[in-house]
Amino acid sequence: MCLAVPAKIVRLEESGQGTASYMGSEVKVNLSLVPQARRGDWVIIHAGFAISVMDAKEARETLRLFKELAAASQDEGA
Amino acid sequence: MKELRDPNALRRLLGDIAERARKLERRPRLMEVCGTHTMALFKGGLTPLIEAAGVEMVSGPGCPVCITPNAIHEAAIAIVTGSEGVTLAAFGDMTRVPTRRGSLQTAIPAGNTRLRIVYSPEEALVEARREPDRPVVFYGAGFETTIPAIAYTVRQASSEGLKNYSVLPALWLIPPALRAILTAGEVAVDGFIYPGHVSAVIGLEPYEFVAREFGVPGAVAGFEPGDILLAIRSVLEQIAAGKPRVALEYSRAIGREGNPVARALMGEIFEPYDACWRGLGRIGASGLRFRKEFAGFDAASRFGLETEGSERDLAGCRCGEVLRGVIRPQGCRLFGTKCRPDSPLGPCMVSYEGACLIHFKFGPERRPRP
Amino acid sequence: MTKISLELGSGGSLMRDFIAGRIVPSLGDPLLRELGDAVHLPGGIAFTTDSYVVDPLFFPGGDIGRLAVNGTVNDLVVSGAEPRFLSLALILEEGFDTGTLDRVIRSIGTAAKAAGVRIVTGDTKVVRRGQGDKVYINTAGVGRSIARPRQARIRRGDKVILTGTLGDHSLAVMLARGDFGLSSSVRSDCAPLLFLLPLWKKGALWMRDVTRGGLATVLFELAERLPFPVVVDEDRIPLSRPVRAASELLGIDPLYMACEGKAVVIAPAAGAEGFLKLMRAHPLGRKAAIIGEIQDRIGRPGELLLRTGVGGLRLLEPLTSELLPRIC
Repeated sequence: MCLAVPAKIVRLEESGQGTASYMGSEVKVNLSLVPQARRGDWVIIHAGFAISVMDAKEARETLRLFKELAAASQDEGA
Repeated sequence: MKELRDPNALRRLLGDIAERARKLERRPRLMEVCGTHTMALFKGGLTPLIEAAGVEMVSGPGCPVCITPNAIHEAAIAIVTGSEGVTLAAFGDMTRVPTRRGSLQTAIPAGNTRLRIVYSPEEALVEARREPDRPVVFYGAGFETTIPAIAYTVRQASSEGLKNYSVLPALWLIPPALRAILTAGEVAVDGFIYPGHVSAVIGLEPYEFVAREFGVPGAVAGFEPGDILLAIRSVLEQIAAGKPRVALEYSRAIGREGNPVARALMGEIFEPYDACWRGLGRIGASGLRFRKEFAGFDAASRFGLETEGSERDLAGCRCGEVLRGVIRPQGCRLFGTKCRPDSPLGPCMVSYEGACLIHFKFGPERRPRP
Repeated sequence: MTKISLELGSGGSLMRDFIAGRIVPSLGDPLLRELGDAVHLPGGIAFTTDSYVVDPLFFPGGDIGRLAVNGTVNDLVVSGAEPRFLSLALILEEGFDTGTLDRVIRSIGTAAKAAGVRIVTGDTKVVRRGQGDKVYINTAGVGRSIARPRQARIRRGDKVILTGTLGDHSLAVMLARGDFGLSSSVRSDCAPLLFLLPLWKKGALWMRDVTRGGLATVLFELAERLPFPVVVDEDRIPLSRPVRAASELLGIDPLYMACEGKAVVIAPAAGAEGFLKLMRAHPLGRKAAIIGEIQDRIGRPGELLLRTGVGGLRLLEPLTSELLPRIC
């Protein structure tokens, strides 16, 4: 019930509509549920609607964590 | 986000999980509530890896296809077969559930009525705008992740005066279902993996009672393999420390408060009622129905259809017990024999997240031996 | 079932069982029973037929005419035959625009030339408005038998090669219908697979074009008849970026998405690298890759397994019904 993907807003259009970019493809997205979203923000898109705006700092943290985990695993495996 | 799929990172997390599981009194049993989590585990081939690490995963009721009773499916079928010149728009999986009247896919539409599969509720709204003289019914099924989008279409239709648009609702709320499962006490669950995208809407507060009243730990998880493993690790840590809470392991995507705009929209159009879930029966304040002001958009009343009714599962189908975790799919006589993916007799074999389908494809006896 | 449902046409096992259970027994021909993509007849002739129904008629990278030629050409190629002649039957709906029909016919002509086949006989019918969807096309193809697939000779260590990216055709058609508010640069991969013909003489064991039901369905049908399990690596399967994006967005699995210019080739272990080189030398085979092998270290006979990108393992089942976008 939760299939949703992160995508970057590339265009804001009128009446709560917008366009987001996901892996090079453009998708129409309804931004009515996230009125605070701006161009350049990353949002979580579910069934054509953005339901949440992502936190760039937390995303970087998560990536860093996993890079560390991967490196640690390789050290062990060696 | 390929880092969250890196096999080395996952291996490291699995090792950590195995160490923690070993130190617990008994083998931990965690319930992943959301069907999308069940699907993610299956697609990634993660379940055997997690089990090898000493953690048992059991699927929860977070599959809208599975828990919508046949009475509502049959109402949708009745619209398609009984009314001419209508477009019924629905999400894919909902259209394959078998009932005593067949499924939406096999139903022969009356006159020039059409069934249209959509990805977004907004597509149904656009269709209604395009042909104002043609009734468009959106078969709206989902949990809190999807309900705001459905509510949006009703509010728009209302403000635009789109008289041809209506919604056949099958709207379910997760936290009351969790309470029902915990209260029933049929399944021993040591921790929950909470649905990340439902939480994007409702925040963390609605799960607090699980920790506070029942002492069961839990973590909100995203949907990459790494996200799920992080959440499992967090739950094991909570079990070991004896400090149950609602941990957030998806902070890049959601905030603790969820989405107040989405919640407000849900509340504007719909109100809670004691809904009847397949398998779980009637649960207090667990479903949403139209508020009086918007009741004109309810397809059930427009088409004069009954959506409540006694359980109308196909004979022998035990999906209800599977959904409650009381039996495994293998416990159903029809499993694998009369009920198979190409000839499903119940929703648990239809839905990609259905426990029966997943066990059929990947249950213990069909698991590849390394 | 007493009435045909749309689900039957989605190309999965429902259709297979319907044909095998209902049509074949009634006709009772031993050659028909084989249900191959094409059949080898006495006299060195191979024969096949296919019908084409697509909406919309024109989409990025192709149209119904081009499909009608290449689909039938490819059935012959993967069965071990050099395509030579096609028949062309048209069922036209009253009211269909003749200018559009001209475009379709021109496209058929162009595709036939590119595939080196001659269209030598045909038929045209007209049905009432509402009783046909603009145009239905059937093509039958005749070719020269040059080899026979040798499934019985497939051994442990033989390799599974995929000639290119999955799902481009399926996505191009889906998006051309205007569904889903997604725009991308994807184009149908509709093309003739003639560049695979030389592989037969070099020892290719088996080929199948990856159409309705996708890669998983094609490989499953092979795997269930082999004495050894087939294992495929998710990481090695070529996917174009638009297909990758759409599949994650819409929840559609690329393993089940149709192509119209891709094939699976089973190569003998020793020759696999050579096959790959040959394929990659051709513009249509640049992304060819060895994606798996026949082996017996994991799994059981008759099984098709996928090693997932994260290091897991799962069974692949064939498509049982229509591929639909998910929200769950």
